[in-house]
Amino acid sequence: MTVSSPPAVARVAADAPKVKRKPRFRNSWTGWGFLAPFMIVFALVFLAPIVYSLWLSLFRNQLVGGNAFVGLDNYVRAFSDPQFWGSLFRVTLFLAVQVPVMLFLALLVALAIDSGRLYGRSFFRIAIFLPYAVPAVVATLMWGFIYGTRFGLVGNINEALGIQLPNPLSPDLVLASIGNIVTWEFIGYNMLIFYSALRVIPTSLYEAAEIDGAGQFRVIRAIKLPAIRGALVIATIFSIIGSFQLFNEPSILQSLAPNAISTSFTPNLYAYSLSFSGQQYNYSAAVAIVMGLITMLIAYVVQLRGMRKDG
Amino acid sequence: MQRPTRRGIVTGAALTAVAALTLSGCAGSGAGESASGDQTITVWAWEPTLEQVAADFEAENEGVTVELVNAGTGNDQYTALQNAIAAGSGLPDVAQIEYYAVPQFALAGSLADLNEFGASDLEDTFTPGPWGSVALQDGVFGLPMDSGPMALFYNEEVFAAHNVAVPTTWDEYLEAARALHAADPNLYIANDTGDAGFTTSMIWQAGGQPYQVDGTDVTIDFSDEGTTRFAELWQQLIEEDLVAPISSWSDEWYQGLGDGSIASLTIGAWMPANLESGVPDGAGKWRVAPMPQWEAGANATAENGGSSLAIPADADNKELAYEFIEYANAGDGVQTRVDGGAFPATTAELTSDEFLGAEFEYFGGQKVNEVLSASAENVVEGWSYLPFQVYANSIFNDTAGQAYVGGTTLTDGLSAWQDASAKYGAEQGFTVN
Repeated sequence: MTVSSPPAVARVAADAPKVKRKPRFRNSWTGWGFLAPFMIVFALVFLAPIVYSLWLSLFRNQLVGGNAFVGLDNYVRAFSDPQFWGSLFRVTLFLAVQVPVMLFLALLVALAIDSGRLYGRSFFRIAIFLPYAVPAVVATLMWGFIYGTRFGLVGNINEALGIQLPNPLSPDLVLASIGNIVTWEFIGYNMLIFYSALRVIPTSLYEAAEIDGAGQFRVIRAIKLPAIRGALVIATIFSIIGSFQLFNEPSILQSLAPNAISTSFTPNLYAYSLSFSGQQYNYSAAVAIVMGLITMLIAYVVQLRGMRKDG
Repeated sequence: MQRPTRRGIVTGAALTAVAALTLSGCAGSGAGESASGDQTITVWAWEPTLEQVAADFEAENEGVTVELVNAGTGNDQYTALQNAIAAGSGLPDVAQIEYYAVPQFALAGSLADLNEFGASDLEDTFTPGPWGSVALQDGVFGLPMDSGPMALFYNEEVFAAHNVAVPTTWDEYLEAARALHAADPNLYIANDTGDAGFTTSMIWQAGGQPYQVDGTDVTIDFSDEGTTRFAELWQQLIEEDLVAPISSWSDEWYQGLGDGSIASLTIGAWMPANLESGVPDGAGKWRVAPMPQWEAGANATAENGGSSLAIPADADNKELAYEFIEYANAGDGVQTRVDGGAFPATTAELTSDEFLGAEFEYFGGQKVNEVLSASAENVVEGWSYLPFQVYANSIFNDTAGQAYVGGTTLTDGLSAWQDASAKYGAEQGFTVN
């Protein structure tokens, strides 16, 4: 019986399409009709800009000489552009240092709040999340004032204590200062992702652990962390994308530290100044596309690694 | 220099421009419909005094409507204008363009040559500096609206308190800078974090001519005598920490100007209105002196900022547009704008007794315009900006600005700026060097 039944099923399955092929074909167009409103919006809003950027990146428009098709020249130029690679290196460094620090702190806070041993839990949750609700522009302006060595908070501390703190907006420290702002802004956001993942862990697991005599650290290591791996991967991917797209903070601090933050400080800032002060829209499009691909690639690798451990 | 001119006006402008927009917007829709079709011109400008000029122009010419639009300040507006030019639609009939940006638009063929309307007859109407900025090669690509001949604005109270004489030469300036900073380590003679507009103006006064432009042939050379003179002096000021590391137009800057920790400014003649509105604490303390000189007894100056009104090559109503800019910049509009606080570019107004004799309460009753007007007459001739100065200025801090944070010297920084500008020029199809 186990041997004879599969062929029978297969035969029926093979017969069925033969009979109904024609009507189904017509139906498939009806389906597209229903999808059309979505597909049109999708094409206009998502596909058209990407295609247009790709199209732009194949040309070169000069002040003298006008517009010309140059094929992949812009991409060749991007790959040998020290300013572009310099900016990419800078955001990679930022990614390597700032993201782990931020995620670790966010995890720590989420675990602390989740532990149930914290007094005033909801107050801390709100207070730590609050910076995320402050617009990045406002947050950066505020930190810019704090960082001021003459009239800002740093200046006030120097004056009050008679010391000389290093200037947070000097070329050597400005990346760390930006990292500090971004960490401040996004700890709450990541904490909330982790916290909500922690809340859905069934309490029965904790009870079982308690019966087995596991301590708090053991519970964290053996239950909590494995259970929120998905959230960790997601937060990491968001942070990678965020780091590569770093723009607001350096762009606003630039007016306070013009010599520390160059026009090619981050890839996004570089693309921005290329197109809006340099009118090199074509090259700027190429830089943006290369950057998008690199971001996708790294995010994909991180996702693969995260998923593999899961399985 | 993009900032000065705009800021010149920005604080007040923000409000007035909004008002202007609303007002002209209403007037535009009403009058535009009743008048015969092509009697409307659109003006893109952020200069606030144009609002009154536009109203007067409408009153004098029946059926004419001037739509004054603030399409952004400086670079923002150039971006919008560039886009409109590229798109070939939505062009204004008149656009405000700063002097340093005129060559960029003129060379690209985006601006109408005003010679076809007889603009070259107006040469003597304007002072040489601004005129030289709009009369490029064989054409006239705009009419000068205001100007920024440089002068030394200084806080007399601070200089007097420390018994430091007001410098008349750059050597004295260096000595004064040392004396002030030695007397009080929080006191600086000036602020500077690297400003392309200021640097080019200083080189201009020193007789340097780093930019030579002949059609699409461009020469950039920051090693001539004038440039070297400036770079060597300023390098000493930077090295000895004699200039405050504060960017102009920042909050710290305004505070520094108000509390006396920034003792002077070498800047364009549009500054008085800014000081009055931005630094109320300085009232009665500030004075204006001629720009310090490289040779004792000389009187060379340079322009710093200022803008023109130009007509895009593909504008719809060029004749009426020209009538308007002639009215605003060389006709009755000039007095209207002077009354509104602008510093004109026309010889007649600059030499009128009323203008020269005006006493400024803010400057302790000093007849400030006498100094500024004299400066306008002594602008060194022969300066030209790059046909891609807008971009070049935007990368100044990437290169020359590094000298201010100890990464390099000003001379090497300027040389790096030269290379980066030349590279961009070549990418844009110019023949560089």
